[in-house]
Amino acid sequence: MANKLTYIKAITQGLDQVLQDDPKTLIFGEDVGKNGGVFRTTEGLQDKYGEDRVFDTPLAESGILGMSIGLSLTGWRPIPEIQFMGFTMEAVDSVVGQMSRNRFRMSGAKSMPITIRTPFGGGTHTAELHGDSLENLFVGVPGLRVVTPANPYDAKGMIISAVENNDPVLFMENLKLYRSMRDEIPAEKYTVPLDKAKVVREGTDITVVAYSAEVNEALKVADKLAKENISVEVIDLRSLSPIDDATIFASIDKTHKVVIVQEAQKMAGAGAQVAADIAEKDIMSLDSPIGCVASPDSVFPFAMAENDWLPNADDIEAKVRDILSY
Amino acid sequence: MSAKKQQVVDFAKIKSTMSDPYDKPVQVIDENGKIVNQELFDSFSDDELVNFMEKMVWERALHEQTMSFSKQGRLGFYAPTYGEEASEMGIALAMKDQDYLFPAYRDIPQLIQHGATVKEGFLWSKGHYQCYDYVRRGVRAWIPQIIIGAQYVQSAGAALGIKKNGEKDTVAYVFTGDGGTSQGDFYEGINFASAFQAPEVFFVQDNGWAISVPRKKQTAAKTLAQKGVASGVPGTQVDGMDILATYLVAKAAREFAAAGNGPALVETLTYRFGAHSSAGDDPSRYRTKEEEKPWFDRDPLIRLRKVLTAKKLWSQDKEDKLTAQYKDQFKQDMKDAEAAPEQKVSKFLENTFEVPTPNVAEQIKEYQAKESK
Repeated sequence: MANKLTYIKAITQGLDQVLQDDPKTLIFGEDVGKNGGVFRTTEGLQDKYGEDRVFDTPLAESGILGMSIGLSLTGWRPIPEIQFMGFTMEAVDSVVGQMSRNRFRMSGAKSMPITIRTPFGGGTHTAELHGDSLENLFVGVPGLRVVTPANPYDAKGMIISAVENNDPVLFMENLKLYRSMRDEIPAEKYTVPLDKAKVVREGTDITVVAYSAEVNEALKVADKLAKENISVEVIDLRSLSPIDDATIFASIDKTHKVVIVQEAQKMAGAGAQVAADIAEKDIMSLDSPIGCVASPDSVFPFAMAENDWLPNADDIEAKVRDILSY
Repeated sequence: MSAKKQQVVDFAKIKSTMSDPYDKPVQVIDENGKIVNQELFDSFSDDELVNFMEKMVWERALHEQTMSFSKQGRLGFYAPTYGEEASEMGIALAMKDQDYLFPAYRDIPQLIQHGATVKEGFLWSKGHYQCYDYVRRGVRAWIPQIIIGAQYVQSAGAALGIKKNGEKDTVAYVFTGDGGTSQGDFYEGINFASAFQAPEVFFVQDNGWAISVPRKKQTAAKTLAQKGVASGVPGTQVDGMDILATYLVAKAAREFAAAGNGPALVETLTYRFGAHSSAGDDPSRYRTKEEEKPWFDRDPLIRLRKVLTAKKLWSQDKEDKLTAQYKDQFKQDMKDAEAAPEQKVSKFLENTFEVPTPNVAEQIKEYQAKESK
């Protein structure tokens, strides 16, 4: 049976299948019930599983993630939604100060299997604090996994893995990808590992490490440069914490050049950690400096200026050519 | 053109009539040891009365011995419970084993009453991983919360979990203080539990002080109990220096919540006789002896001691013996705590994720190598 799904519907299908298989799973948050989420990610799930399993909460993020902790203590497997990643700031204590420390506190005895879904990403001209990539604030948190898929196949497989994982996972969904990608994916339940990067295009001259929407930008560059016989290998990081160094090192051991791309601001983020890991453990494989493409360290811009601010294929291409010129 | 000032709404009038919607704090025995509500007093058997006194003597002894250990440098952070024995034990005795307890850092005695050990209390203060072993043993209690307010949102989730599990006669019990009621999480917690009509009892132990900031600076609300009203949570005040009243009100709140009526809120009026913590807080910087005096007169042990002595159920000799006996036991508990195994960083790393991530796995090996030297 054909199962050609958008990125967002791939997530919906994944959620549907985990709700089906595990009666202890709960989806809740603002507007996720009758409305099916402001983007319709949870559309139809309340009808199918009832208000006990899929329900709206009062409008308070700390309450949503705080109650996730209490629900998991009483045997439930919460899948809360924070409507936009910018709103997670209201609930930082629940994530950083509480759920992520739990397994450590309990000496491994008690897990907190919470999957926080949250949309992020620029390019859709939203209001302030709707498009910010705030992963830089979360990737350094011990006990928390931070993941983000870049295509429908991974979106479904990773949401299933995230829910089945027994530790807290921050699952970032890219707003721009929600409806701009549609792929044929398996209709049955499947998983994609949470801590493995993926080589999405093989190449031999230079490695581009990217994640989320920037993977597509990197692929555009790879297509373009292929016409000049420049072979670009593109890696989709998928997991921002932890970083899958093995996949990255295997690639740069072959290409000896690397450009790291992220939509988030440059300071102290996932890309900076990739650069640090390479510098610490595999620098001798390189024959040129590490290239970085990121948003500038200003506040996420006013909507009309987004395209001047967000890194795009042109920025990546320029940096790739720069690194290749060494 | 001068517009005639029209009064659309008389906010001043609303404010002046926004008086405490509750009766005056429930009390059974006053500070002079006089029984002020004979009917409620008569609901207790002699054995129960003696048990209440013993629990308070136990908590007072625990405090004294803990301060002594603290001065000897054998403990870390400790938030003194001196003066709050009636509030803490009155509530603890109204709890049932199946209830989920969410304590804050001053609520170690209630935690111990619910199934943690004194040794674990000491280990929590010292900073040792075995302090949370009670959770592994299945005690339905969570960690003593440091981020004062976080336990309110968490307990609301537990209360909803209890409801979804269909557990009968079970509630979530959560504690905070007067300062804690200013936290956003306090409001989110009571509002969530109320919106879901979940079985929960919120306790606010108003001990007058959030470190150096007095209760009157926390809020212009007349009582902390009335903070529940806007969320649809009934609340009441109780004389938190009267263990009999505190117990009865806590029990009534629990019964209300356990019966499926939604959450309830109880504010106990008590006083922090000592410092905020054993780590250098000096109350003489922000409050006077004159201010403390009337509260010391309300010492919860004094009034029940008077009543029990008059009924020939208690004597100073009995109390002294009990205190000595408890303290001997605490000394042994401390020895046990001091014999806790050495902590290993490699174990902390192992306990960070169920399946160690590559970076963590690498560091586990690194620390195991260091530790084996």
